[in-house]
Amino acid sequence: MSAAAGQLSDLGRARAQPARAGAQQSRWSHLLYVAPFLFLYVTLLVYPLFAGFWLSLHKADFFGGSRFVGFENFVRLSNDKVFIGAVGNTFYFILLTVPALAIIGLGLALALNRTTPTAAFLRGVFFSSSVLSVTIVTLLWKVVFAPDGGFLANLFEAFGKQPVAFLSNADLALPAIAITTIWWCIGLPMMLFLAALQQVPRELYEAAALDNAGRWKTLWSVTLPSIRRTFALVIIIEVVLQFQLFGQAYLMTQGGPNNASRPLVLFIFEVGFTRWDVGYAVAAGQILFGLIAIAAMAQYFVARRKEAF
Amino acid sequence: MTTQLSSGAVGRGLGDRVILAATIALAIVMVLPMLWAVGLSLKTNAELLVDTNSVLKAPWTLRNYYDILIGSGVFRWLLNSIIVSVGMSLGVLALSSLAGYGFARLEFPGRNVIFVLVLFGLAIPEQAVILVRHQLFSDLNLHNTYAGLMLPGMSAPFGVFLMTQYFKAIPTEVDEAAMLDNASRFKIFWRVLLPMTLPAQATLGIFTFLHAWNDYWWPLVSGTNEQMYTLTVGIASTQMNFAESAGLGYLMAQAVFAGLPILIVYMFFQKYIVRAVSGAAA
Repeated sequence: MSAAAGQLSDLGRARAQPARAGAQQSRWSHLLYVAPFLFLYVTLLVYPLFAGFWLSLHKADFFGGSRFVGFENFVRLSNDKVFIGAVGNTFYFILLTVPALAIIGLGLALALNRTTPTAAFLRGVFFSSSVLSVTIVTLLWKVVFAPDGGFLANLFEAFGKQPVAFLSNADLALPAIAITTIWWCIGLPMMLFLAALQQVPRELYEAAALDNAGRWKTLWSVTLPSIRRTFALVIIIEVVLQFQLFGQAYLMTQGGPNNASRPLVLFIFEVGFTRWDVGYAVAAGQILFGLIAIAAMAQYFVARRKEAF
Repeated sequence: MTTQLSSGAVGRGLGDRVILAATIALAIVMVLPMLWAVGLSLKTNAELLVDTNSVLKAPWTLRNYYDILIGSGVFRWLLNSIIVSVGMSLGVLALSSLAGYGFARLEFPGRNVIFVLVLFGLAIPEQAVILVRHQLFSDLNLHNTYAGLMLPGMSAPFGVFLMTQYFKAIPTEVDEAAMLDNASRFKIFWRVLLPMTLPAQATLGIFTFLHAWNDYWWPLVSGTNEQMYTLTVGIASTQMNFAESAGLGYLMAQAVFAGLPILIVYMFFQKYIVRAVSGAAA
């Protein structure tokens, strides 16, 4: 059926190509263009995914020992306080970062959507942190948060206050990681909003000006409605990205203190690569996959609904 | 086009100045951690042990950078990062261009079904496959090799999706004209269409390069031999024993040294990098 559809869409080209002898054979040869990618795709992505489904039904360690246990890993997960806590931490982290990223990103885009050199320079500054790797970002912020001689500690002392040990305080560790993450990731939402603002038809602003609409009125009734779809897109993209929190938590707190900042991906990493309880880790990975797939589907639908939004 | 600000025509007076001042204040907060790290890197470790506020006062020294130059794994890690990032980018460009052309222009059995199955791959997060992939690479003895570090990035379907869209957007009249000249399929691809996809190649290349350069988890579990560390993993390995062995100033000098190349590249290619990253996300 797919071949038929392909032929239909290719009718135009078929006319321009008089000699089509041996077409059947050459069509198989066309597979050669996609074969190299398909080979890697199947062996390194599809096979691991399905092998993972199978492996999550086993009690398996890294050294090849494996025993079928059915859904025992998933039952274990549902009773594992550390796992439940990690899922909770992940959602809490998303709540801390995603709205902030969307709102600050939107604010920056609104403020910097102009062609002056100052605005261009500031856009460059706000995006610059995005190109740094997670290990440099965490190194920078560890010496900001350090209770002993850190930037904030020095500031607190200058004002006569006790320095706070952000990263070893159960209530502050995840918020501190969230601040680090917002600093690191703010460039992308800002740029997505800037691109959207450029797309708002100028006639709408001219009409608003004719109606003597003020600054806030124009913002509220012209600009924001015009970029609703981008707002939804930014939220979903950031949810998917921040779901995968790993490096910041691993490098800044190792999930501590007392599991307070351990996200889902760090849980998978530790179970899989330090405790070598591979089947159990893969089962937790399936849960993550399910959660991200839901968000990715939402993104697909929002991205497709061009006008409806 | 000068003030196409959110607001439209109304005054650029006080309101605008307040917004600008607030934005500049935020920008200062943005660069403070970087400046703090640069400052720390310019002090001797001994001085920092006494008081980190000494950053604000002379004497400053390049001693920490000198120490990096004479005896540190950083150069090796930098080289590894360059090899892996460039290799992965070239691989992704080659595979995605070939496959994108195939999906967009050629007929073969099962084309549409295969394409949809490839699209599903966009939703598979790395974390869901990394354990099995790790075992697979163990069986194939690919850990601690450059190929082992590069190959996983080449299996991601994003580039194929992007290139397919791009090839589809090129009018088929272009191919037809070339076919009348009796050009072969591959020749049309290589000589006619591929040069037309340069903007997409740039987007995909930059995006892949940045992704490879900053990737942490896979190199962490695959390139475990210190000689095979990428810059990202190497810098992480030094901060695990934070401030104990090497000294704070030395650590910060390493961070600056590792961050500077990518920031310099960013300064020169800012426009393209921003376009690549935001284009890839949306």
